Amino acid sequence: MQVKVLGPGCKNCVALEKATHEAIDRLGLDATVEKVTDYAEIAGYGVMATPALVVDEKVVSSGRVLTPTAIQELLTSVTAHRAS
Amino acid sequence: MSVVEHIPTTTRGRLATVVAVAAAWAGLYWLNGQVWDRLLDDLLGLDPDARVTESLHFFLFDTVKIALLLTGIIFVITVARSYMSVERTRALLGGRREGVGNVMAAGLGVVTPFCSCSAVPAFIGFVAAGVPIGVTLSFLIASPLVNEVAIGLLLTMFGFEVTLAYVGAGVSVAIVAGWVLGRLGVERWVEPFVFETRLGGQLVDDTAALTFNQRLQMGAEEVASILRRIWPYLLVGIGLGAVIHGWAPEDLFTRYAGPGNPFAVLVAVLIGIPLYSNAAGIMPLVVALHDKGLPMGTLLAFMMAVVALSLPELILLRRVLRVPLLVTYVAVVAAGIVAVGYLFNLLLA
Repeated sequence: MQVKVLGPGCKNCVALEKATHEAIDRLGLDATVEKVTDYAEIAGYGVMATPALVVDEKVVSSGRVLTPTAIQELLTSVTAHRAS
Repeated sequence: MSVVEHIPTTTRGRLATVVAVAAAWAGLYWLNGQVWDRLLDDLLGLDPDARVTESLHFFLFDTVKIALLLTGIIFVITVARSYMSVERTRALLGGRREGVGNVMAAGLGVVTPFCSCSAVPAFIGFVAAGVPIGVTLSFLIASPLVNEVAIGLLLTMFGFEVTLAYVGAGVSVAIVAGWVLGRLGVERWVEPFVFETRLGGQLVDDTAALTFNQRLQMGAEEVASILRRIWPYLLVGIGLGAVIHGWAPEDLFTRYAGPGNPFAVLVAVLIGIPLYSNAAGIMPLVVALHDKGLPMGTLLAFMMAVVALSLPELILLRRVLRVPLLVTYVAVVAAGIVAVGYLFNLLLA
């Protein structure tokens, strides 16, 4: 699983990245987390509010700092969706 | 912190929780009006007319009052605005011409939940979707200028008339400034990569699917995040306000910046531009200066300049806008704010 945190490096983006790592650790997932700070690339995802979260090249959230629990739910639904 | 797990999911339980929290809030607000007189004058035996007591009272009372007001206002506005999103705003603005577009963009800038830290991706997203530059700028000017925190605080401290004047003025400045910038043909001063950006992926607009409890949760999160961010500004603002309240001679400010000085508004705006604070930090100062006899137009102009134009935001926007456009942007917005200040000094006098 490939997870990307989109954001220019503001406080909220750092918070989202931290929460993402925590969610992945809790779930024990094999996932890479990458930070995307380039504006053109961020806009390329159609994202207009940072920070945003991308899972396997699909935008799953934008403009919110999600709690680790909320990210856990998102990641679980993505894995479940893939398995089915 | 997760509030959502503690809110009952039944309509009745939820209503009871909201009412209980609102009652607790009102109780604290009432208590704040009572407790400081008792504590300072009766319990500690301080002279109620001494300057130290007056300043201390102003500081304690205002800190609690403003913290409570902000908590309530930010919560209500965040929940209400969770029904709006930047994606929806862009869809509404796509294909609009200048003129009507500027008016709509300024209005949407007020109601759309938007953090100025997202100014750059939003700018690219709007322009790439075919929204004219001037219309996009109207949105970006209105959003911080007509600030929900400022609306709430003005309403509670100065009443309906001043608040309405502030909102009307902010929206007007955003419409006119965006339109003027659009007319100037500023496209050549926008970094070319903006026009080359292709919008890939799909738009996420998860706001429609939220449950009401999730919206309440967002409101609570927003209150915590804003208060955590602004409390130093708030304390410095209230501290300065308290000092002015207790020590500044009655005529100090009116002599230099009162209705007698025709340059007062201009100077207030020039001082306000480089200052970086937010509505919450500036409001205690505005209240204290208003008590000392400064005209409302001058104060509103000062507040708008502080809130709308700030160095950190300009540095962010430099990524997509070239320096000549940034300078023009500041000049046009500042001119609008100055005009508003003079107009209000005439009207609200």
